[in-house]
Parts: sequence; structure tokens; C-alpha cells
Amino acid sequence: MTARWKILLIGGLVIAVVAAAIYFPILRRRVKLAAKLQQQSEEQARRELAQPIAINPGDPRVKAKLFWASDALDSTLAPAVVELPLSNDPALRSKQVLNTLLAGPVDAELRTLPPDAVLLAFYLLPDGTGIADFSEALATSIPSGIASEQLAVDSIARTLEANVAQVQRVKILIHGQEVETLAGHLDLTGAFVVNTRPASLPSKPAPSAPTRAPGMLTPEKAPGKLAQPERKP
Amino acid sequence: MLLEVRNIARIRVPVRTYFLFGMIAAILTGAAIVYSSQTPAQGPQSGPNTQSPVPPPSASPQSGPPEAATSPFSAQPQRSGLNIVVLDPAHGGVDTGARGTGGIRESEIVLELALQVRRALELQGFQVVQTRQGNENPSFDDRSATANAQRGAVFVTLHISSTGLPGTARVYVNADLPPVADSNGLIPWERAQEPFLGLSRKFGDLVQGQLTQRFKGSPDGAQTASVRQLRTTAAPAIAVEISSVAVENRAELDRMGPGIADAIARGAAAFKPSYVVASTPGAAP
Ligand SMILES: [Zn+2]
Repeated sequence: MTARWKILLIGGLVIAVVAAAIYFPILRRRVKLAAKLQQQSEEQARRELAQPIAINPGDPRVKAKLFWASDALDSTLAPAVVELPLSNDPALRSKQVLNTLLAGPVDAELRTLPPDAVLLAFYLLPDGTGIADFSEALATSIPSGIASEQLAVDSIARTLEANVAQVQRVKILIHGQEVETLAGHLDLTGAFVVNTRPASLPSKPAPSAPTRAPGMLTPEKAPGKLAQPERKP
Repeated sequence: MLLEVRNIARIRVPVRTYFLFGMIAAILTGAAIVYSSQTPAQGPQSGPNTQSPVPPPSASPQSGPPEAATSPFSAQPQRSGLNIVVLDPAHGGVDTGARGTGGIRESEIVLELALQVRRALELQGFQVVQTRQGNENPSFDDRSATANAQRGAVFVTLHISSTGLPGTARVYVNADLPPVADSNGLIPWERAQEPFLGLSRKFGDLVQGQLTQRFKGSPDGAQTASVRQLRTTAAPAIAVEISSVAVENRAELDRMGPGIADAIARGAAAFKPSYVVASTPGAAP
């Protein structure tokens, strides 16, 4: 009985070790895959949450000024007027105009921000500081250089200045983090002055347009005439 | 009866054995899970640390970096007036800067350009200090420290853009820095450029004027931009950015080299009379 037990025990151990040796690499691959999938789904969830905000048809339609690159002058901005229903809530309004800026102009060559960049969040602090949190693509897909990076930041600041009086300055974050530079040149450690005038318009947030969870923007609901985002080669 | 009991006992043995097998297998599998679940988590920790070193909280005009002691100029008698140009070939190492589709790398071109600018400056009687000699990538603060340790120096950082009209060149000076609370009379390291903004603007306009004479389509005056490298530099400081890595043939950029070098050297020479040098390196003018 004892000898039999020993044999069985050793046999069992050998089988267990062999089974573990076979199963171990499979398990490791599965764990890695699960971690990757989880990471992807988190990013996907963030992107979905950050999709352009559904335009509320009840919002007043206004002529918004969007600043994209000028087709006449090198490395300068030119305003384009786009009629949009914009919320009176300054944070929501900021998201709406920045999402329109990200969607790009009719002529994709005049983009200032990479087509794959996404506005993840926008907060407005009581002192008038807007916190604009963009996806990693803003830093990784933008053409590196002083001119291109400054043009990108200027387009954000001037678009906010033209459309949201309450935003006095804007701080740009990349994926929730403060970064030293946008793409190796432009200083992102401070906030950019947007508006030195005291906030006056709109006078008060409309009670009919409270901040709500961002929805999906379908092409049918896309504000204004916008070029389809294109990847640069 | 006895037989039946034995049979039962015999039947029970495999059940226990299976239980034991199960226990051992469970222990081994558990160990495998623990090991493999730790492996992916270690990835980001072992990855390269992209965080830049925290800059010193503040730098008094007297505080110099280690380079100050080894600087070839520190042992020489102090001369009044502008006599040193700190040249910064931007990027380097793993940071290639802008990259063209034709394989042009900003970090390589600016290093070669720096040699040409150096020669032109030396012909104008300037001493030249470079922030990097080879394919290294000093931090923004290290590059600024090289300039901040010099007395009577100006700083020029060289770049090639990704965009813009090819064959043009732009000079940038740092944008105004927002005001901050009192810093006990010291120049905070983070805003070292602030007292020099006026001089940087003058120096920038002079260099841009020289560049625009040589490269048509370039702007008339220096532009402002929030250039990270300039912010911590306690000297008249400019960035010169040439368009662009998008050119099909790098020979187009190489042809610009002598003109860029001459424009910077002449701009610095023209700026020399207007720069009253402070008594200590990096001190406010
Ligand atoms: Zn550069």
C-alpha cells in the first residue's frame, strides 16, 4: 500500500509538472493578451466618451469662428466662419468648438491639429482657466517644429478666444498628464493666454442646456461643412 | 463481505490520488498564474524613463552648472561686452527632431549646420561654445546651463521645421511669460529668459533681417513662440528654424548653410554694441 502510494504520488507529480510545463506558455500568452485587450478597451472607452458632443438642436445657432491655417500666408492662421448650434455653458461650448476645430476644415491641407487627435476632456476652473486634455495623438502625430507646434496651440487658443468669452487661459494636457513640450519644441508647462477681457458673453449659462454626458456625433449630425479626417502619409 | 470492503478501499485509493493530483496541479498552476501575471506589469516599469529631470527650483545669477568650472573660458580674463555665442544644435541622440519622408533628420542637419555657423562667428571675432558636439541629447536644462554659465553670451538654437515654405528661415524669440509672485530678487530658473526678452527681440530682429535678405519669403521680423529651450536661458536667446525637412533633396538644405551661417554671424555682430553685459553670468541685464 505504502509503495503503491509512493508510485502514485511520484507519478502524479510528474504528470502535474509536465502538464504545468505545457500549460505555462499558453497561460502566459493568454494573460498578456488579456492585459492588452483591457488596455485597448480602456483607450476605446476613453475615445468613445470623448467623441464629439452631440449638438443639441435647442442650442442657439451662432456663427462660430474657427482658426485653421491660412492658405494665403505661410504658417499663419485665418478665421473660418462656421454656423453651429452652440451651448451657452462655457465648458460644453469649449468642447463643441474644439471638436469642430479637430474635425478640420474643408481643405484638409489647412488643418492645424492631427486628424487622429481627440479631445478627451475639457474643464473650466472658476478662475477662467480651461483645461484641455487631448489624446496622445496630438503630440505624436503633429509635425515636429516650432512653426507647426505654435500654429496648433494658437489655433486652439484663438478659437476659444473667439467663441468662449469665459475662458481666460488654456492649459493643454496630453492624456491627462502635463508634458514639457508638445512635440519637442513648444512649451506646455504653462497655460496660454486666451482672453484678457473679463467674461461678458454669454451672460449666464442657459438652464435648458446643462452639461450632459457626451454622445456620439454621426456624420449626419456633424456641425457645418467639414472635411473627412484624413491621415497624412 | 470482507472482499466488498477491500473493493471499496481499492475504489477509494484512485479518488484520493486524483485529489492529490488536483492539489499539486492547482499549486503549480497557481504559481504559473502569479508568475505570468507579474510579467506584463513589469513592462512599463522597466521601460525608458521619459520624464525629464526636475529643473532646480531657482538659480541665482552666481549659481553655475558643473560645466562652468571646466569651461575653457572661465580661466580667461573676463572681457566686457558680448564675445561668446552659445550654439545649440537642437535634438540629438534618440530625439531626431523633425523627419522628412526622404529620410532627412533634423538632429543631423543642425549639427552640420552648427559647424558652418561656428566658423562664420569665429570670423566675426566671437568665441563659440556648443551645447553638443556629437549625437548626444542633453536636456533642455543642460543646454540652458551651458549658456547661463557664460558671461557676455548670446544663445542660438538651430532647428529645421517640418512645415513652411521651403528655402525660408524664421527667427523666434520667447513669448512673454505670465507674471508670478516675488522670487526674492533671484531669477527663477524656470523663467530665466524673462529679463532678456527685450534684448532677445532686438537680436532676433537683426538676425531675421539678415536672413530675409538672403532667403526671400522669410518674415520681416522675429516671431514670438513659447519655445521651451529659450525659457530657461538667461541670455539674449533666439531660435532659428529653417524650412524644411519636407524638401525632396537634402542638397536644398545644404545650399542654405553658408547663407544661414553668415546671417547669424552678421546679426550677432550688429547686436554686439547694444548688449551691455552684466557683471555675473546669467544675471539680468
Ligand atoms: Zn527642432
